[in-house]
Amino acid sequence: MLLKNLLAAVVAFGCGIAQAQEPVRIGAFLAVTGPAAFLGDPEQKTLELYIEKLNAAGGVLGRKLQLVSYDSAGDAEKARTFAKRLIEQDKVDVIVGGSTTGETMAVVPLAEAAGMPFISLAGAVVIIEPVKKWVFKTPHTDRMACDKVFVDMKARGVAKVGLISGSGGFDKSMRGECLKVAKNHGIEIVADETYGGADTDMTAQLTKIRQNAQVQAVLNAGFGQGPAIVTKNYRQIGMSVPLYQSHGVASKEFIRLAGEAAEGVRLPAAALLVADKLPDSDPQKLVVTHYSREYQARFKSDVSTFGGHAYDGLMLAVDAMKKAGSTDKARVRDALEATKGYVGTGGIVNMSATDHMGLDLSAFRMLEIRKSDWTLVK
Amino acid sequence: MSAQFLQFLLAGLTVGAIYALVALGFSIIYNASQVINFAQGEFVMIGGMTTVSLTAIGWPLPFAIAAAVLAAAAVGLALEKFAVEPARGASVVTLIIITIGASILLRGVATLVWDKNIHPLKAFSGDAPIQIGGATLVPQSLWVMGITLVIVLLLTWFFGRTLLGKALLATSHNRLAAQLVGINVRHVLLASFGLSAALGAVAGILVAPITFTSWDVGVMLGLKGFAAAILGGMGSGPGAVLGGLLLGIIESMGAGYISSAYKDAIAFVVILAVLFFLPSGLLGKRSTDRV
Repeated sequence: MLLKNLLAAVVAFGCGIAQAQEPVRIGAFLAVTGPAAFLGDPEQKTLELYIEKLNAAGGVLGRKLQLVSYDSAGDAEKARTFAKRLIEQDKVDVIVGGSTTGETMAVVPLAEAAGMPFISLAGAVVIIEPVKKWVFKTPHTDRMACDKVFVDMKARGVAKVGLISGSGGFDKSMRGECLKVAKNHGIEIVADETYGGADTDMTAQLTKIRQNAQVQAVLNAGFGQGPAIVTKNYRQIGMSVPLYQSHGVASKEFIRLAGEAAEGVRLPAAALLVADKLPDSDPQKLVVTHYSREYQARFKSDVSTFGGHAYDGLMLAVDAMKKAGSTDKARVRDALEATKGYVGTGGIVNMSATDHMGLDLSAFRMLEIRKSDWTLVK
Repeated sequence: MSAQFLQFLLAGLTVGAIYALVALGFSIIYNASQVINFAQGEFVMIGGMTTVSLTAIGWPLPFAIAAAVLAAAAVGLALEKFAVEPARGASVVTLIIITIGASILLRGVATLVWDKNIHPLKAFSGDAPIQIGGATLVPQSLWVMGITLVIVLLLTWFFGRTLLGKALLATSHNRLAAQLVGINVRHVLLASFGLSAALGAVAGILVAPITFTSWDVGVMLGLKGFAAAILGGMGSGPGAVLGGLLLGIIESMGAGYISSAYKDAIAFVVILAVLFFLPSGLLGKRSTDRV
């Protein structure tokens, strides 16, 4: 009897401590499975890895961090349901997630209504434009990718470009942005083709582009397996003008799938992808080499920029909590917006009231695939 | 202009040949049991993925292919033995639902056995494109079309000349009569699943170097194969081949001349039209009910 009472007392005491030490809850909804799993999978792993590391180093504000993560399978409807659960049931302090633009945009109204700081890991520019009070994002925008590609094309003397894109959200958004900003660079889009998400053959579309004698270079806005098939078909039908891919396929996976056909393809990508090739003077060298070493050591697989976005999202959130000195949502939001000079895997982040991403073109490196590896284009 | 047309035609024929193989699988099982086997796409996936993983551990391609076809056939036999046969008294709709369940199960198992990544397979004889009148063709397309042709010939021989083939045909015409003349209908059903699975696997292996393969590659290929079978007339062998090739060409031409954004939609609109105006397909048996 005595023993039982004692036990009860110990248990009660233990609970008391746990309550005083309420963990900081980081909410996440990620496309861990499904067609966008190559985004969500490394993001999930990165969040797990670094929350563990942060906790080992004492957590934040003297409290432990706790990850509450759901697999949205890339489905906007599921993402909405999970985000609701994160806000209402799990009562998280900040949301870091949303692997795709579709999922993110489905959750934006919820975050705005609930006053929940929300750091998205998706690409499209619509997430931060117009600026939404509670919504931030870490990846580069598709507009920056278009700018970077067009600057490089211009330098090679290309003025007339053929565009081919998929029917996914990322593809459509990037296509729109490229069409919009092309004029600013004196580039004319003379062909504009699309393909379906699960298409297995793009020779028909590419043949149409080849038929157009004006085309001096081709840009493929897309992610997933589509761009790899485009690249193979491109070589198959013997097209020789330069081919550009987007940052959407900036992973070793693309080189593996497209094989020899990927030779000579150029694409804009974050510094993370070429961590070991960066000069020591590069301000991002330290953070990207650390991240890629730690990720590779733990998961025995190559880093992708997508995992890097999750790293940046988590670190920005933790940074903001430290600066705010609490997890009060309004103060964390203000601190996020005031982020200056944060060096992340995606670039150097300088946020402001009008810019909830805070990256500029220097965050992108132009890469060329040579001998099945990335090389920096000077 | 004609080079462009030729390019679309070749692309359509390649994809169409794959649809034809998948459609043949549908037709064989349908003939033996009136069941539409929605796990047909998964046989395609098993064929492709098994070949990829066996070649990755160093097996020579021909052995890997043979093993993959056998593996898929084994899965097909198991599906019939453990899922379809125990429910043989049930209605056709119930059996179809069982195959849908099996397809979801097989996809789930595939993500565990393999992974969720997309995998490339080396082309059988290089990637150097072949020029034909201004259009180009990868050697793999020839493999696809050639092997499809060989299989169609083999099947014709099988159904016309062998006892098991004739038994299959007899069962499809009249199950009761077949049983009365001493055909073991249960064995016929088992054989039809094994044969269909093997056909699906061949399709999956042939197409993997062109389109890559992954755990969910069977979903779309299965649907398109089903569409091709409907177009040609469910249960008709020549219909399945014709339906597959036609569907591939319609898709490719649609993508080239109309809009690539509606490629899949074009295929399914064709199916709807066939179901409305020609429910038994192009070469299907006109069904008549005796009143």
